Amino acid sequence: MMTEDTWTVAGRTFSSRLIVGTGKYKSLEQNAAAVAASGAEIVTVAVRRVNLTDPNAPKLTDFIDPKVTTYLPNTAGCFTAEEAIRTLRLAREAGGWKLVKLEVLAEAKTLYPDMIETVRATELLTKEGFEVMVYCTDDPIMARRCEEAGAVAIMPLGAPIGSGLGVQNPVTIRLIVEGAKVPVLVDAGVGTASDAAFAMELGCDGVLMNTAIAEAKDPILMARAMKAAVESGRLAYRAGRMGKRMYADPSSPLAGLI
Amino acid sequence: MSETETHSVTVNGEHRRVASGTTIAGLVGELGLDPARVAVERNLAIVPRSTLAQMLVEDGDDYEIVHFVGGG
Repeated sequence: MMTEDTWTVAGRTFSSRLIVGTGKYKSLEQNAAAVAASGAEIVTVAVRRVNLTDPNAPKLTDFIDPKVTTYLPNTAGCFTAEEAIRTLRLAREAGGWKLVKLEVLAEAKTLYPDMIETVRATELLTKEGFEVMVYCTDDPIMARRCEEAGAVAIMPLGAPIGSGLGVQNPVTIRLIVEGAKVPVLVDAGVGTASDAAFAMELGCDGVLMNTAIAEAKDPILMARAMKAAVESGRLAYRAGRMGKRMYADPSSPLAGLI
Repeated sequence: MSETETHSVTVNGEHRRVASGTTIAGLVGELGLDPARVAVERNLAIVPRSTLAQMLVEDGDDYEIVHFVGGG
């Protein structure tokens, strides 16, 4: 019997290596169905003002139960360490847990993380007792800085958020994987199943995505595809790929040719 | 003096009047919200959920009440 291939972040163990976002869906029903099809055990969520004009409007928590699925509150929309800390203090109070996703962005055009603010926020949040999964650039040195600042997981972008361009820098992603003592997850840039499988083949512990599923023509079918891709890429990584050769090497024996 | 005294507060950027003696849990309830599913910040400081029912709303308070929504 094969032992179960789980991964652990900040003392919590998960079977699924796919984390999905909950933004951009046509409806909360569709969102919940996509999460179910993806098999994800963690979903990212944002923290926003409640709607005072319609307090009875349907809520995310009515469709995706935080007791069943781990909510990972994010700091989307924050551009400074202080904004991110304020947001996550509220998230911790609303949710009652301290595992969070930090993203401190530098500009709207690329949505690239501001790594100086990100590292500073990671330090401050860690001191406050948060367990911080850190969205970062695909730069091995910055990833190391995040880890030194206390990150419980390193989450380099594969490509800009929402771009669907796939993993642009496999070499640096691999260097990050090799250098990190905490889990590494590609976060952002995945466009289709092969991108997710490729990230896993590089040895990442998981993949985080939102737009690739939410903006697919059939989000639920794409969620299934991503589940299979992440599992497939992980299996291929564990299996260990064959070496690459410059020229052909026949698969059938040459001896006994008629 | 029979007229009920009220406090002027701001909730999520909107002005509101609240009867004096109202607790923060009372204010959340008046807004139609479930205190178990929101987080409250009063004058930039988190109000722990366990203390919402004891803390009184005061004149000039600035509240932010948030919850989880879809995001990536």
